[in-house]
Parts: sequence; structure tokens; C-alpha cells
Amino acid sequence: MSRIKTLNTRKLVGETFKTSGCGECQTSCQSACKTSCGVANQQCEKKNA
Amino acid sequence: MIHCYKLNGYNIVLDVFSGSVHSVDDLAYDIISLFEADTKENITKKMLEKYKDDKSINQKEIEEVFSDIETLKKEKKLFTEDTFEDKAFDFKNRNTVIKALCLHVAHTCNLNCEYCFASQGKYHGERALMSFEVGKRAIDFLIENSGTRHNLEVDFFFCFSLMNFDVVKKIVDYARSVEKKFNKNFRFTLTTNGVALNDEVIEFANREMHNVVLSLDGRREVHDNLRKTITGKGSYDIIVPKFQEFVKRRGGKNYYMRGTFTHNNVDFTNDIFHMADLGFTELSMEPVVCKPDEKYALTESDLPKLYEQYEILAKEMLKREKEGRRITFYHYMLDLEHGPCIYKRISGCGSGTEYMAVTPWGDLYPCHQFVGDEKFCLGNIFEGVKNKDLVNEFKCCNAYARPECKDCFAKLYCSGGCAANAYHATGNIRGTYEYGCKLFKKRIECAIMMQVARQEENS
Repeated sequence: MSRIKTLNTRKLVGETFKTSGCGECQTSCQSACKTSCGVANQQCEKKNA
Repeated sequence: MIHCYKLNGYNIVLDVFSGSVHSVDDLAYDIISLFEADTKENITKKMLEKYKDDKSINQKEIEEVFSDIETLKKEKKLFTEDTFEDKAFDFKNRNTVIKALCLHVAHTCNLNCEYCFASQGKYHGERALMSFEVGKRAIDFLIENSGTRHNLEVDFFFCFSLMNFDVVKKIVDYARSVEKKFNKNFRFTLTTNGVALNDEVIEFANREMHNVVLSLDGRREVHDNLRKTITGKGSYDIIVPKFQEFVKRRGGKNYYMRGTFTHNNVDFTNDIFHMADLGFTELSMEPVVCKPDEKYALTESDLPKLYEQYEILAKEMLKREKEGRRITFYHYMLDLEHGPCIYKRISGCGSGTEYMAVTPWGDLYPCHQFVGDEKFCLGNIFEGVKNKDLVNEFKCCNAYARPECKDCFAKLYCSGGCAANAYHATGNIRGTYEYGCKLFKKRIECAIMMQVARQEENS
């Protein structure tokens, strides 16, 4: 694809609430901002995710 | 749903429900933008007309782009359908455990910051310090209510937490003494305004705190304008040398230099760069959240300037990376490959369900921003969570809870936004704080652009 470059991303399609959501990751608001709800910058704790 | 935008010379296509990000050239950008709204025949005609002076673009090239789009659709990387929406409604019935507590160890402060949402630490009530007995019970409460979760977070809040440092130390010691027995791993965070920092605190925090959040608003004149001591003097000169020593001795462990910007400093990137000039590299700068009639409240007319500032920041960060002078900005941290799972993206911060705030006397609130508003009291650490209806309301606060989010490209990055900000802006935890949404969307666009730029640089 010469005109479209696709970045490597976590594949959300196929993830379910049973296979995801172990809950071990950091509570997003707690780490630094305290005034917003962004989850985008949270790291997944599963090494093979 | 897709979101197409141009930033810093890049044409970017975000496929919302797969999380895929594409960097495309002008022709592909135009075709993808029109793909769902027009026929292939019409789009082809429009492209041949638009690019008639470009010799590299012809019918065959256009066909190839259409073919690539179809391939990406089949691979579920473009125009991916939303398969999550129906499942979001089961959120009320999901089992949740509590995994994080924000301990309000001190409702009093040694600073008198004008914009403090905690009303200078008093949280609109009496000044108070948490006792060790309450803190110990909070640790037990967390262990008892955390199910099989291994990683538990405890945050010593707020800027004034060091006013009760002896109790903080005892709580940490107690948690460490029981964590192995219950197969838990406590991650502590300390938030401090720096005034009471000394060698003992630095040594303790650098040993025990997974993260520390240091409050500094940037340039001296900006910081001192709103962050004053009780006597009305600025606090910059008191805290900056202490923070520098703290971070120097932290040995690379997590920290954030965290500031707040207001209408008084909409050129807030200068404050971020000032923090960098002081030697700090892990940076966070948040828009003030306050009543709109405050003189320092951000206004609609500030927005274009703020958008520009976020772009300046992203470009400057990329430039500094190339020069070996990397800085981190909390909201631009984005790991596209190993970021949050879909559950996290939909369920959000966990306030009122997985995350709660504890007052000095042991009452439970959905998060630190609700403390002091008694109708949001969930119960207490001695008798447990009593207000189950309220917990259920917070369970349903997610990326699909708000009609305003339906067509928003950023909903799987913000999970529908902050319940406290929504409540304070609209009176409803399932409302939307539109101003915050606008800034959030700009930040995400910038963060994704930086990922694209890095990829382009490496390829």
C-alpha cells in the first residue's frame, strides 16, 4: 500500500469483556492529572497484550 | 466510524472501533474521507478533476487506493463497525472490586492557592487530619474489598499530604507488613506542594512511593500568582530547589511535575518548557476546572490559543526527542500497541466503583472531586459501601452512557469523560463537560500525530 501506511496498534476487534478487563492496571485519574478521565495513556499490565 | 485530520504535515485516519491508525497521502486522504458519503464513480471523477495537474495520479492509481481500502475493511482496520455498544449496557451487572483508594490524610493546607478545588484543603468543611487508626482501617478495607486483584493503589492526597507525614509513614509500614500475607502489591502515590519536603520525606518517598506528583505551575510569576503561602507570598522559591533535590535523588523512579493552567497563562507551553529548563522531564499540565465566573476561568475565546499551544507542545517535543532532550507530557503518552484493553477504554477511571476517596474520618466518596458533597457519600470504611444505588449509577458511567459521545471519535480514549467534571458542569454525572471534551480531543489528535511522526521518522 504505497499511499496508506498503517501503524501497529493493539487490535481491539475481537476483544471481549471476558478476555479483557483484568483490572490490574493503574486507575487512570490517580497517576497525575486528577481532573480528567483519559485512559489512553494507561499501560496494560498483561505482558502479552 | 473514522476520524480524518491533518496535523503537522501529516494526513491521519483513525479507525475508531479497531483502534487502527493510518498515515496516508493526499489522494488516499480525500478518497477515504468521501468513501462512505459518495459512489466510487463520483469519487473517481472528483479525484481526476482535483488532481488533473498531478501526473502521478490517474485512474489506475485511484483504483489501487479503492482496492487498499477494501483490503483494510476486510482486515477490520478501516470503517470497522462498533461491536461494543450493546455490551456496554451490561456494565451495571458487572462485578467490580475496589482496587484503589485516595486517602485524604489532611484536610488542611500550608498554601492558600486561589483555584484549589479542595477549598484550600478544607474541602468546604472543617480542617482535619486522618488518624493512623482510620488509615489502617482503610488499608484493611481495601484488602477485604479487592477480591483477587494483586496490584492495589493508595494515593496520599492532596498537595498538603505532608502535613500528616507521620501518619502517612505508619500507614505505608502497616500496608507493607500485610501485603505478602494477602498476596497484594501496594503502589503508593504521594502528592505534595513541596513546602514541607525535607531529607526524611525524600528518603522515605523515594523508597516507598511508586509515584510522586509534585505541584508546580511553571514560571515563577505564573506559579506565585495563584499558589501563595498563608502569608500571601509566592511559594515558587521555597519549593523549586526542594523539588529539584527530590527528583535528583529519585533515581529514575516515576514522578510527575504537575501544574494547572488558567485564563492567566493560556500560553502554558512556556510553563511546561520552564519546568524542562529547571531539569524536570516528566510533566503534566492540566486546564483549571472551576466555576465559569471565576476571573481565572478558561473562556471560549481562549480555545484557539489553547489548541495552538497543544500543537506547539507536540512539535517541540518531537524536536527535542531528535536532539536527545526528551520530555514526557502526561497526555501525550500513548502506547498504541500495549495500551488499555477494550474494557478499560469503555469503563473509564473507575470512580465510585473501583476507585474511591476516603475522608480523614473514614467516609467514602466516588473520588476526590466529590468529597464534601454529602449526597455523594457512599458509606464508610468501617461499615462498608451502603449507597449501592449510587455505585450502580457510577457503574453505568462509561463511553456509551452519554448521547453526546455517540459520534465522538475520542470516546474510546476518554471513556466518556470525567464524572466529576460532568457533574460540576451540568449537575449530572452522565452529562458532558464540553470544554474539557474539546481540549481532550485536541490532545488526542496531537498524541496520535506524534506516533505517526515517529513512525515516519523511523521508516
